[in-house]
Amino acid sequence: MKTLSLTIDGVAVTAREGMSVLECALEAGIYIPHLCHHPDLKPVGVCRLCLVEIAGRGMTISCKTPVEEGMVVRTESPDIELARRVAVELLIVNHHADCLSCAKDGACKLQEIARHVGIEEERLQRLRRTTSTLPVDSSNPFFLRDPNRCVLCGICVRTCEEIVGASAIDYAFRGYATVISTLGNRPIVQSRCESCGECVARCPVGALVPRQERNPAREVRSICAYCGVGCGLYLGVRGNQVVRVRGAAESPVNRGRLCVKGRYGHAYIGHPERLTTPLIRRDGRFVEATWEEALDLVATRLAGYRGDQFAALTSARCTNEENYLLQKFTRAVMGTHNIDHCARL
Amino acid sequence: MTFEELERRAQHEWQALKESSVPLIQVGTATCGRSAGASAVVDALREALQKEAVPALIMEVGCIGLCFAEPLVTIHKPGRPAICYGHVNPERATQLVSEYLLKDNPLSDWALGTVGEGSVEGIPELFQIPVLKPQVRRILRNCGFIDPTNILHYVAQGGYTGLARALGMERQQIIDEIRRAGLRGRGGAGFPTWRKWQFCLEAPGEPKYVVCNADEGDPGAFMNRSLLESDPHSVLEGLLIDGYTIGAREGYIYCRAEYPLALERLHIALAQMREHGLVGENILGSGFSFDIHIKEGAGAFVCGEETALIASIEGRRGMPRPRPPFPATSGLWGRPTVINNVETLAGVSLILQKGAEWFAQYGSEKSKGTKTFALVGKVKRAGLIEVPLGITLREIVYGIGGGILGDKRFKAVQTGGPSGGCLPESLLDSPVDYESLTAAGSIMGSGGMVVMDEDTCMVDVARYFLDFTQKESCGECVPCRLGTKQMIDILTDITAGKGRVGDVELLQEVALAVKKGSLCGLGQTAPNPVLTTIRYFRDEYEAHEQGRCPSKVCKALIRYRIVPDKCKGCQICSRACPVGAISGERRQVHTIDAVKCIRCGVCLEVCPARFGAVECVTGQ
Repeated sequence: MKTLSLTIDGVAVTAREGMSVLECALEAGIYIPHLCHHPDLKPVGVCRLCLVEIAGRGMTISCKTPVEEGMVVRTESPDIELARRVAVELLIVNHHADCLSCAKDGACKLQEIARHVGIEEERLQRLRRTTSTLPVDSSNPFFLRDPNRCVLCGICVRTCEEIVGASAIDYAFRGYATVISTLGNRPIVQSRCESCGECVARCPVGALVPRQERNPAREVRSICAYCGVGCGLYLGVRGNQVVRVRGAAESPVNRGRLCVKGRYGHAYIGHPERLTTPLIRRDGRFVEATWEEALDLVATRLAGYRGDQFAALTSARCTNEENYLLQKFTRAVMGTHNIDHCARL
Repeated sequence: MTFEELERRAQHEWQALKESSVPLIQVGTATCGRSAGASAVVDALREALQKEAVPALIMEVGCIGLCFAEPLVTIHKPGRPAICYGHVNPERATQLVSEYLLKDNPLSDWALGTVGEGSVEGIPELFQIPVLKPQVRRILRNCGFIDPTNILHYVAQGGYTGLARALGMERQQIIDEIRRAGLRGRGGAGFPTWRKWQFCLEAPGEPKYVVCNADEGDPGAFMNRSLLESDPHSVLEGLLIDGYTIGAREGYIYCRAEYPLALERLHIALAQMREHGLVGENILGSGFSFDIHIKEGAGAFVCGEETALIASIEGRRGMPRPRPPFPATSGLWGRPTVINNVETLAGVSLILQKGAEWFAQYGSEKSKGTKTFALVGKVKRAGLIEVPLGITLREIVYGIGGGILGDKRFKAVQTGGPSGGCLPESLLDSPVDYESLTAAGSIMGSGGMVVMDEDTCMVDVARYFLDFTQKESCGECVPCRLGTKQMIDILTDITAGKGRVGDVELLQEVALAVKKGSLCGLGQTAPNPVLTTIRYFRDEYEAHEQGRCPSKVCKALIRYRIVPDKCKGCQICSRACPVGAISGERRQVHTIDAVKCIRCGVCLEVCPARFGAVECVTGQ
């Protein structure tokens, strides 16, 4: 790929062709405030915060401007300062600023931007504040949607469309009344939402937050046990308890993405009713047994069957290799083609 | 059928109409005429003709643009010039039949003017009356004079000769012709049309598309509606030429669903084009194939913005996206697309019909040709006008518009719709062209022109227009969504007497940030009414800060009172007051309870002029 050289704030940087000025700056360690940009998504340029000045072209947004050889970029100027500061101030006065009780406190992009731009309480006082409070959508068992904290960056909408392919949410209404909503403005649980939580994982503010998640003390890299896909994940652990799961971006299988089960269905791990040993029915009751006992029993009983007397049904929770072995066993050992899989049902 | 055959048929039909032995009655039944009662006039005419057994032909035509005199009826009697009558109602229509058609009394008192050769005593020539004399009617030449549902009428006026000529030219030649004509986008931004076409022609990617932007959304603007209702083929011809030039096979007309008559006439026009081989495969035997789709918009103002319009055609929510890439390289379905305004396309037809030099006869150095405007507000003669670019605002307001209603004082004129600026009296002599209007802080826009008189409060006007743009913002980008809301909140406070020190500076700051930071044209121009009213009418803002509304409009800052010396105690006002705020015995001086009073002004209206005892005051 072609390498290009450009100057950002007097610093010579190199970039790969096709990168945006914003990506190039961030990679070079030069911060430009941005809210609607997300590396996994196509740029849309709606937050209007990543303004830069490009010599010969004037002010423009950096997330939608491709780098060019010899480009001279400035990230600060009086015009940029005015447009950006006013936009940030407006975002803040229209935002429910109860930071301490917000799940995103400390990891909030709006806080990060506010710190960069520099907010003066005196200036905020001059602006008119909204007093409206919209209802929080708590219909989903896994996450909350709080429109009062939403900055309408559209990352959730684009995630749902570009990454998940569900398109369960979109912008609705116009002007100041604009919100992110479902078809017919119904609770999210009645929409096409699959509760995968990809939007929750990307929300830059506290508008989409998990319901039962606590910050872990440490993380353990693991593989999701739900199905044969084998998504890489990090189990967030406190003591011996899993309190959070997040996708492992470096996993080539899922590239950080998870489904509803992998992300939110981790309560079974420490559940008291979880089976931890095989059970054998004896006198009509299940009795705990060792793996040796269980496998011996199965092997003994199977010896009494051959050919079409036998059929095997495998599970999507098995890996490919395990499924392969079972079909091999069915055909070669049991002598039948009666092999099927639950994913076909 | 070849084009020559079509032309012959058209000429034949038109000639037959002109030489008809029976009178021809044309009634302007565009939406404007209909809302003034033209449909009832048509019914009355039919009934009268039948009753009196007068043979005559009634033809429904579009709009001449003399809105102030609607409904309009033009009667062509054989051997005489046609006479155009204004303010026709069913009774007058019946009388026109009995007096003019039967007895040859032209009822000159009701006549606006004559059209065609010859004269009628006591009636001026229509195009010499003050409202029409300064106008140059090119785009609107057929409006109100041909049947918009008959393609042959358009062809008889030289219609589609531009297309026929274009089909024999090289694409580059056509673009050069448009360039020489100096045509600039009539949708408002004024981008040179030829350049847009050139970019699209050279852009890689197939297929290419052309789109006609008929999503006219400015309050008080009706240029495009009127043209589509009165002469749809002039626009469709331009779209065909556009499509041929850039190498497109498909075109769209994006017209708002609130224009049912325009849509109906477009559908009729399209069907007739198909019938005559002017759309579809192998148009006029040239090998050029082109089809046109009509897409109805659902009424979002922002869908007039080209990228939002594209999103809407594609079936997505009408939201703009940042440019570049411009539609010329990546437009509809990601393909190179040219989007032109209705009037621009009508201009294209004219340029190809009459030539670039003819088109550029009028206009200023950088703004060539003529431009239509919807002249509305506090003028004596509101209407749809067409003037050469470079004409002064004064000529429009006082010459064509006839000055201010009730001979009040002119205060401001707003050009360019809700995103335009309000220009004061001192700028009345500046020319109407793209550069001058922009320099004055306004925009050309698509052609809305709202005149305001001394009774208009400029702070309230800014609030009114902001309220519109705020509600119509798509809500996607931060400066526009929140900035317009912030401005409207501040303006509402100022007009409610709750302004704070420094509000004007704050308004300016937010307005500039919205102008500079917004994604699309809506946000970039929405602050114009605020910025221009601060620039030209700052004294009014200051007065509001001190608790006064000089125009006595803002209810929180005015109160009504009865002048004791003048009040005769007639009780007219106390009976008229809708909230019972006025008390006083008969022949005793009345008083208004300021707490109960809702400042509706009814008392002021009903107090007999000879007393003049009620007055509206503002300030301490």
